Amino acid sequence: MDPALRNPLWRKVGGGDPARHDSLEHLFRRESGRLIAALIRVFGVHNLALAEDVVQDALCRALEVWKLRGMPENPAAWLMTTAKNRAVDVLRRERRARAFAPDLERLLESEWTFTPTIEEAFGPYAIRDDELRMMFSCVDPRLAEESQVALILHILCGFGVSEIANAFLSSAAAIEKRIARGKKVLSRSKRLFELSQNEDFQARLSAIQRALYLLFNEGYHGSCTERVVRVELCREAMRLAALLTDHALASIPSTRALLALMCLHAARLPTRVDESGSLSLLTDQDRSQWNTQLIAEGQKLLELSATGEQLSEYHVEAAIAWCHVTASSARDTDWGQIVSLYDTLMAIRPSPVIALNRAIAIAQHEGPERGLAVLRAITDRDRLGTYPFYPIALGEFELQCGRHPAAREHFAVALSLARNPSERKFIERRIEACSVRADGR
Amino acid sequence: MSEFLYVYRGGNRAALSPEQIQQVMQKWMTWMQGLAEKGHLKDRGHPLEAAGKLVSGRTKNVTDGPYVEKDLVGGYSLIEARDLAQAAELSRGCPILEYDGSVEIRPIMQM
Repeated sequence: MDPALRNPLWRKVGGGDPARHDSLEHLFRRESGRLIAALIRVFGVHNLALAEDVVQDALCRALEVWKLRGMPENPAAWLMTTAKNRAVDVLRRERRARAFAPDLERLLESEWTFTPTIEEAFGPYAIRDDELRMMFSCVDPRLAEESQVALILHILCGFGVSEIANAFLSSAAAIEKRIARGKKVLSRSKRLFELSQNEDFQARLSAIQRALYLLFNEGYHGSCTERVVRVELCREAMRLAALLTDHALASIPSTRALLALMCLHAARLPTRVDESGSLSLLTDQDRSQWNTQLIAEGQKLLELSATGEQLSEYHVEAAIAWCHVTASSARDTDWGQIVSLYDTLMAIRPSPVIALNRAIAIAQHEGPERGLAVLRAITDRDRLGTYPFYPIALGEFELQCGRHPAAREHFAVALSLARNPSERKFIERRIEACSVRADGR
Repeated sequence: MSEFLYVYRGGNRAALSPEQIQQVMQKWMTWMQGLAEKGHLKDRGHPLEAAGKLVSGRTKNVTDGPYVEKDLVGGYSLIEARDLAQAAELSRGCPILEYDGSVEIRPIMQM
């Protein structure tokens, strides 16, 4: 296979034991997205349920055969061939009773064109395009953002309903509902979205960028406790973003900036939680553990994204991440530059979380009193009501100002909002820090 | 050492996600590898298709399979063990048991 089709970027994410990152890891889950894409190509998107059945069949068949006979030499190709053979059976048996892909209908009718059409649909280049078309189809404007993300995870990344529910700390019933709604919209569309330069394309591309950004954030900042789950979400977001940057039409500057942003953040992923399981803030992280390959990759992508006239939020966020990863310590960080980037970000895409991060940068630059004032001036700060990092920031600045009782109160609020053990552990330590310093006076 | 046939029956996997299917497979591979390393695996055996034919009676009547799913033989392996008790003990590690399946252990008759 063409090496460009196997963009290895996401494999570098997550640190840990490199031997575990062999090609078999999550093979079934990853391949299922590719199989669905190929099957939809020949069956038509209205036969989504049928395509899913064929994929399930192929995976179960692999289980039955491999468990006794051992793995074939090329497991991914084995799965693809099995799904293809099954698709051929279905097409031959049901082509009079059922309508398949409308654009292939005539080619599939004649025996002369049947086989080459199937072979082409299951070839690597066609599948890559079909994965992209599927991605564009999943961000249908009739679906809410959260449904789009769930649908991408389910169809393109092969996550089961309970796995998605686990990752988003949501109920399986709620996820099931989102996915069912998404599938309904998908299977009622006449065909997959066409990748051609038009107005719709740009709008959908923005929606995909947004969905992948949310997916990555869920992995990076999200509430799920299991590290492996979170790393997987980040990796999937990067794998799909890399599919976009490999495509001539989709690889616009903001797409590259998005992938740059992901690389620069992912470089720090191994240090986000320390050995004791406590969350570790950027300023405390062991910078020698950051992944230099991902930093270099991110920097390269960021340079490539610096064209055109549009400055996207991804450009700015990537630039902020770049300032952090290239500074040798928290003290040596160019906080002034970061503050001004946050100002730009607030102008492009304001949000209370960005306002909070801006306040933190200001505190680093101009001191904790100033940080507190900016925090308290966030206009829609009530939207941060359940977000533990708002009271954490308040507590931290109060502590730096030497007002321990006030700091402790904010941390206590934060503790009640903690979403997982690593956040809880971190906040408990901050509360301890309040007493240590108070006693030491 | 005596020889035994493991007959695998049933094993529900209808609602598994791709990741879960792969996990089941990896459990099987670990189990089989364990048997092989200890010299118990005489022949890995074969999986069987679900569909088949059943020929029975004096009329040699031919009917289609499959049969009741939970009784369906999904495959077999040939095992070497000291005695029936050990063969039964070894089968307890089979992942099919975690998924509503069973292993039937049948001694091979000796000459």
